[in-house]
Amino acid sequence: MILSALLVLVAGAAAAPLLYRWMGARAGWVLALLPLVLFLALAARLPDIADGRPIAERTPWIPSLGIDLAFRIDGLALLFLLVILGIGALILLYGSGYLKGHPLQGRFFGYLLLFMIAMCGMVSADNTILLFVFWELTGIASYLLIGFYHEDAKARSSALQALLVTFLGGQALLAGLVLLSIATGGSFSLSETLEQREQVTAHPWYPAILLLILFGAFTKSAQFPFHFWLPGAMSAPAPVSAYLHSATMVNAGIFLMARMAPALAGTELWRGLATTAGVATMLAGALLAYPQADLKKLLAYSTVSALGTMILLLGLDTVLAVKAAMLFFLVHALYKGALFMAAGTVDHETGTRDVRVLSGLAKAMPLTTAAAVGAGLSMCGLPPLVGFISKELLYEAKLAAPYIGPAVTAAGVAANVLMVAVGLIVAFRPFHGTLNHTPKPPHEGKWTLWLPPLTLALLGILFGLAPGLIDRGLIAPAVSAVRAQETEVTLKLWHGINSVLMLSIATVATGFVVFRLRHRARPAAERIAQSGPGSLGPARLYEWLLEGMVQCAKFLTHTLQHGSLRGYVGVAVSVMVAVTGAALLRVWSPAALVWDFSDLRPYEGVLLIAMIAGAVFAALSNSRLAAIASLGIVGFGVALVFGMYGAPDLALTQLLVETLTLVILVLVIYRLPRIASRSTPRQQIADAILALSAGAVITVLLLIAQNLHPEPVLRDYFVQNSLEAKGRNVVNVILVDFRALDTLGEITVLAAAALGVGGLIWLRPRRKQPEGGES
Amino acid sequence: MTLRPDILIALPLALPFATAALLILLRRWVRLQSAVSVLGAALLFADGIALTAAVERAGILTMQSGRWIAPFGITLVADRLAAIMVLVTGFVALMTTLYAVADIPERQTRAGMQPVIHLLVAGVCGAFLTGDLFNLFVWFEVMLMASFVLLALGARAGHLGGAVKYLVLNFLSSGLFLTALGLLYGKVGTLNMADMAVKLRGGDETRLALAAGSLLLISFAIKAGVFPLFSWLPASYHTAPIAVSALFAGLLTKVGVYALLRAYTLFFALDHGWFGPILLIASVLTMAVGVLGAAAQYEIRRILSWHIISQIGYMTLGIALFTQHALAATVFYVIHHIVVKTNLFFLSGAIEQSAGSDRLSRIGGLYRAYTLLAWLFFIPAFSLGGIPPLSGFFAKFALLRAGFEVGAYFALAVGLLVGALTLFSMTKIWAEVFWKEAPEEAPPPRRVAPLRLLPIACMALTTLAISLYPQPLLRYSEAAGAQLHDSSVYIRAVLGKEAAP
Repeated sequence: MILSALLVLVAGAAAAPLLYRWMGARAGWVLALLPLVLFLALAARLPDIADGRPIAERTPWIPSLGIDLAFRIDGLALLFLLVILGIGALILLYGSGYLKGHPLQGRFFGYLLLFMIAMCGMVSADNTILLFVFWELTGIASYLLIGFYHEDAKARSSALQALLVTFLGGQALLAGLVLLSIATGGSFSLSETLEQREQVTAHPWYPAILLLILFGAFTKSAQFPFHFWLPGAMSAPAPVSAYLHSATMVNAGIFLMARMAPALAGTELWRGLATTAGVATMLAGALLAYPQADLKKLLAYSTVSALGTMILLLGLDTVLAVKAAMLFFLVHALYKGALFMAAGTVDHETGTRDVRVLSGLAKAMPLTTAAAVGAGLSMCGLPPLVGFISKELLYEAKLAAPYIGPAVTAAGVAANVLMVAVGLIVAFRPFHGTLNHTPKPPHEGKWTLWLPPLTLALLGILFGLAPGLIDRGLIAPAVSAVRAQETEVTLKLWHGINSVLMLSIATVATGFVVFRLRHRARPAAERIAQSGPGSLGPARLYEWLLEGMVQCAKFLTHTLQHGSLRGYVGVAVSVMVAVTGAALLRVWSPAALVWDFSDLRPYEGVLLIAMIAGAVFAALSNSRLAAIASLGIVGFGVALVFGMYGAPDLALTQLLVETLTLVILVLVIYRLPRIASRSTPRQQIADAILALSAGAVITVLLLIAQNLHPEPVLRDYFVQNSLEAKGRNVVNVILVDFRALDTLGEITVLAAAALGVGGLIWLRPRRKQPEGGES
Repeated sequence: MTLRPDILIALPLALPFATAALLILLRRWVRLQSAVSVLGAALLFADGIALTAAVERAGILTMQSGRWIAPFGITLVADRLAAIMVLVTGFVALMTTLYAVADIPERQTRAGMQPVIHLLVAGVCGAFLTGDLFNLFVWFEVMLMASFVLLALGARAGHLGGAVKYLVLNFLSSGLFLTALGLLYGKVGTLNMADMAVKLRGGDETRLALAAGSLLLISFAIKAGVFPLFSWLPASYHTAPIAVSALFAGLLTKVGVYALLRAYTLFFALDHGWFGPILLIASVLTMAVGVLGAAAQYEIRRILSWHIISQIGYMTLGIALFTQHALAATVFYVIHHIVVKTNLFFLSGAIEQSAGSDRLSRIGGLYRAYTLLAWLFFIPAFSLGGIPPLSGFFAKFALLRAGFEVGAYFALAVGLLVGALTLFSMTKIWAEVFWKEAPEEAPPPRRVAPLRLLPIACMALTTLAISLYPQPLLRYSEAAGAQLHDSSVYIRAVLGKEAAP
């Protein structure tokens, strides 16, 4: 059923461009039905899953690698799936209005569905590698969506940045998952792995596995210092920012940690890594968000901060903290999705996202205002919104954290104060006050532009007033899955007057003050952001690394691929001398060298000297033609040697090959420039040394070989059987019968050479052509 | 129709030879040449399928040429690896000859390029099938001469320098091969590879075996394009017509990898302690240097050429690890890569035809203007980048798993980083060619000839099939890896039951 559901979405993604061609922007409405139906179908299964009966299925896919299409929807997967599908349906609707008239809107719908498939697959996978496959697919979908405005260079580089950072993390994750599987006996089954906590945490690889997997999670969830790609991703259209880069994809790292918690959590290393990254990200995000003037940047950095909070909560590793994390994930997805969409609508209808310009839109855009305010109040954590419940729980979890409770709570309060201010900037500033001049005269958007954010905002109010709708049914099963034990969750709006409430009130009050002070505080905050390790540090480091890599690559390439054949041959010969020489030295004993030249006949000596002379002359020659001619001497000398040893056929072949090679070389050389520069004396000496050492290595090898006399089985067989092959000359018979295939091959070489010579003559240019080298 | 096994083995040589001969006779009839050329390649492909099926059914098949029994005659051997390599060669040949119809200008066709393509294919098939080391040398020579002639005939004006570098370095490789061959023959007195493997096991002169093996390793490493012996490749591959460079990109270096696989499993494995670390270090450097080389290029074919080198490093890494899983990963990697890389070269030609240039700075805007081409490019490019669920991911994953099993952490870490840089290069092409707006001076995009799109689409679909359902190829590769890892299976098949060590 899960697989079929995914395939239905695949069909939808493939059909999206066609559907768009047929019915225009309304294709989005039709496509939104797909996730909506799935959402409802899943919601109907909610009681089952809450009772601890997950939906599971398994289809074999790649047994050779241990990868099955295994899916398992438990409480954790369900919570994520409902958010993915529910918000997904709204986003498709919103996208149909937001990008109306864009020529690539059909493709846009397709990418959104592709992303949805990837997310659904990832959260419901029950095989770690299957999970990874979908994990990477979300990255590719995100790449295509961030680069949607592909003619904008900024969008292209942002898309690449997001892809590279998360892909690098993905590679680490993959390594971690493979190590994890080896450590647990080779299976990639997720549910089996999760049951082997003792084995995993006791394994010597545990620190490596945890680091690699968390690295993957942290890059995907934009944790400091990898957070910089997320604000960059704001080059994407607003529906993408709302969906991928706040409500779903960036939570993939959170999901991964929660998913893996039963096997990996509960150690000091887990707590240390996750709380450190979480606190740093939470503070950095909040600090960087506050001075921004662009609505989307404000929201992006506040998302970074929220992601940090969730990682921190999972790092605290208590039941309370996991409860808070799961609730906060839902609450954040609701309000942030709504705020991003509202910001998109504002941008769409006024032509700007600058909060310094925007003001007093409430009258012109009442419904968008309602959505933004509703979501903004939830973000600020005010009752009766669900954001209030979430923040209460958050503080409770932080206060109760062992050892580090006070410190974490202080950091949380600081971050939340800034978040309240950011929430007010985003949700009130543009709508409150007097109307300002904007590039486009503001007016309310079409229903597709206000209904989706308003729906999310209303859900925030609904869940706040009636938390019973979600606590037992949705949050508790998710927490149970993360803690791997049955857990009760009861949410209440009113806890009575206690320290947590005091903290909440103080946060909101201080946040309001910080909001009012924003004009005065902005320059200072900006300075902190610019100088600090915050926004620009890691982003600059990324630029610097990328540029450095390219420069290093250029240098390396120019050094290695310099274009001089002399150098290439030199390298190859050096490698030969080094490796073969080392092989000889490895088992060296001089005793095996035999210096016995007593059977050298005089005419052989003469021939030898002629060949050596030819080689030397070729090396010394100034013209290519002369060099080739003198090399010819060597070749013909070899032919003579063949002749002397009773193989006239071979000698003839050698002569033919030699002649043709000469002709073809001459034909080619004819089209090459003259030798422009000779090597310097120093180079010549180096070359000579290299050539002599290569000669020495080969000589030693030949001397060793000379001493060996293997059983002449082959020779005896050939001699005995040559008559059967109807020949008296054994060499002849070898050539045309025993080893006829060799001869056929050599004839083919000749044929190819002949074809080449013929073709080159045929193609010979009438006039001399301009010459150039390889580079 | 079922053919006798020895005919199935002989046909990969006979068919290209016959096709080439016919093409020489048809020199004046250019259109007829194309038809015959495609038909010959199609028959080879069909034979490759039949051969692979036969090997899968009946195990290793052999043919004793001239009925002279091994080790006295030349034995042709089709094990799982050889059979699938012939199959892929047939496929690539078919696609290339199709592409060549529209790609190679009439003038060059008349100059005789078509028959030489088939001679090259014959050389490649011969190299895959032969069970005789000297015969392997002969097929290498056939490949070398044919490929050099193709480079020389096809080179654009002023690009012959690349062809000369190609020739000289490959000659050097041949020289080392021949020297090693002579030395090994001097030691064991046989040329049949299975027989050599048996006799090398018992030999006393280990110095010679080690040194001759090193020469062989270097010779094959030059052919495969392993660091630092690859310089001939980036110097020459971008100079030929697309069809020819695609054929080279797909097959030639892989013949080198094949030879390394064969030699490693039969000979080098005896001295794994010596050859393993050398090949491991070389592989790591090959991956890294190749990918960095690509990062410094701004022309599509040059980028792609450097990536060949980088990917070769992954394949040889699998050989260097020398476990059954690692060898299987290499086999899968080779097949995946041949399909993907050949197609990317085809695509570079289609892009050049459509946008008018191969240089990234001069083209753009094809995302909107030519959506089909964009998606056809997306599949092999992101497969090469290792994005799941495309085939490149499974290739890398299989290697990763095999590597972690033997603790090759550093090599794998480099491999993963190189993967990210590969993706960087592919997105560079994607962003520049497809996403970026076309520069003002660029001509309006033209449609690509259907005869060029057809092989591109076929290969993209093949990649998609290997991606979405990799199990059959993986299972086949695993069995091939098992066959390679235990060379006694091969030896017994060639020399008879009692010969195994």
